[in-house]
Amino acid sequence: MTVQSEPGHADLPALFRRMTGDEKHEWAAASTLDVLWVLYDRVLDVSPDRVDDPDRDRFLLSKGHGPMVYYAVLAAKGFLEPSLLDDWTSWGSPLGQHPDRVLVAGAEIGSGSLGHGLPLAVGTALGLRLQGRSARTVVLVGDAELDEGSNHEAIALAGRFGLDSLTTVVVDNESGTHGWPGGVAARFAVEGWQTSTVDGRDHGALHDALTQAHPGRPLVVVAKVEGER
Amino acid sequence: MRQVFVDTVEEVMRHDPRVVVVLAEISRDAFRPQERVVNVGIREQAMVGVGAGLALTGMRPVVHSYAPFLVERPFEQVKLDFGHQDVGGVLVSIGASYDDPAWGRTHQAPGDVALFDTLPGWTVHVPGHPEEVGPLVRRALAGDDRVYIRLSLRRNASPHPVVEGFTEVRRGARGVVVAVGPVLDTVLAATAGVDVTVLYATTVRPFDAAGLLAAVRGGRANDVLLVEPYLEGTSAHLVAEALADVPHRLRSLGVRRDAELRAYGTAEDHDSAHDLDVPGVAAAVRRMFGPPAAAA
Repeated sequence: MTVQSEPGHADLPALFRRMTGDEKHEWAAASTLDVLWVLYDRVLDVSPDRVDDPDRDRFLLSKGHGPMVYYAVLAAKGFLEPSLLDDWTSWGSPLGQHPDRVLVAGAEIGSGSLGHGLPLAVGTALGLRLQGRSARTVVLVGDAELDEGSNHEAIALAGRFGLDSLTTVVVDNESGTHGWPGGVAARFAVEGWQTSTVDGRDHGALHDALTQAHPGRPLVVVAKVEGER
Repeated sequence: MRQVFVDTVEEVMRHDPRVVVVLAEISRDAFRPQERVVNVGIREQAMVGVGAGLALTGMRPVVHSYAPFLVERPFEQVKLDFGHQDVGGVLVSIGASYDDPAWGRTHQAPGDVALFDTLPGWTVHVPGHPEEVGPLVRRALAGDDRVYIRLSLRRNASPHPVVEGFTEVRRGARGVVVAVGPVLDTVLAATAGVDVTVLYATTVRPFDAAGLLAAVRGGRANDVLLVEPYLEGTSAHLVAEALADVPHRLRSLGVRRDAELRAYGTAEDHDSAHDLDVPGVAAAVRRMFGPPAAAA
């Protein structure tokens, strides 16, 4: 899959710095860094020349806040021209502090307001299933985002509908004020989801968790990362 | 109207595989069970989000519930999951402003059309007769845009052909009365013998500005009485825009904004309370256009 000229994980800091000007390696602390890289590098069946292919996998970034890593990964994978990163959030730039699917080829949804991605992902997975397509739908949410009740409507539905083409990745940096006693995964397990809780910095563990078989039910991968608010 | 809506959707679904229905318990027994009728339970945020997700895959979602639970409770989902994502869908409500007032304020949505006015790109239909529902639904299902169809138990005695703009039901010289959907019969009774033009609208967004302007220019007085079955003055800003270059008078009738009526009773009781019954509309007509010819 990977061609030699394609940027790799090592190029992400430079892409990140084009947006932040950060010299302190703040990029490495970004909670979604490793999950997004593993998804785009090794899991998702997507590519810049197939953004309208109905059989492409769908990745929905529900937690749209702090999208620098997302833009960096999209640039590294050829969805975005890297020079766009230099003047992001300016008037006329397609890149804002929250992504907009209408402006960014390859962004499946616009996000920013929390709690919208999971219900959209359930509808997307359902629509693909109704059309007999086998593409996966992967949605990324944050642990604090789970506070929004709309997620729990969607978690219950996906379990009841047995949406086995749906994967939720919860990036868990324990940023929710009131927390999830018993762990985030328990909220999904009780609704019939298959669950994995892994080190959100461990590429091998993330890959294994994201590619495991989960016939007949949706999958949640809880990616634990060190605290960052 | 609901039965015509259901029958039309089911008929179109037989040959259009894009069409999928999303419900939240309400009307679940009206639709025959099948793969493309999805009941999400009492989860209205998910209902709208799932509908929009289906649209993201190229399907044509019909999202249906009681008006407050379709438009007001999940309003941010309507705004973002359809509008901001820039996908289409057909939202169809029942209950209207006060179809079942015995259920109280929780089941009343006189502000629904006004809310859609805060969002760009929505077509809004307010049919006034069950026979008008079929063509409106059929046209909505065939498109890719965002459509809101407001069904009601209230209706006029006879249907009018469904057209894009306003329909001239009566022509007169002393001004123009715009009647939206189910209020037409009331307006016709209240304007009996009064020399005014009556325009009938089943489509209020887009608003037929050209039709209104032509009707105003066709008479002797630039006076417009707007009668809507939802929040009073909901379309007043569009009348003002249509007549921006014409010195004019405008009065709007509809569900009053100044107070919450903590009363049950019948829909007719509520019509009277809002001056949306024949005596109420007739009084407004008299103030604006003068008395009927026979009494003059």
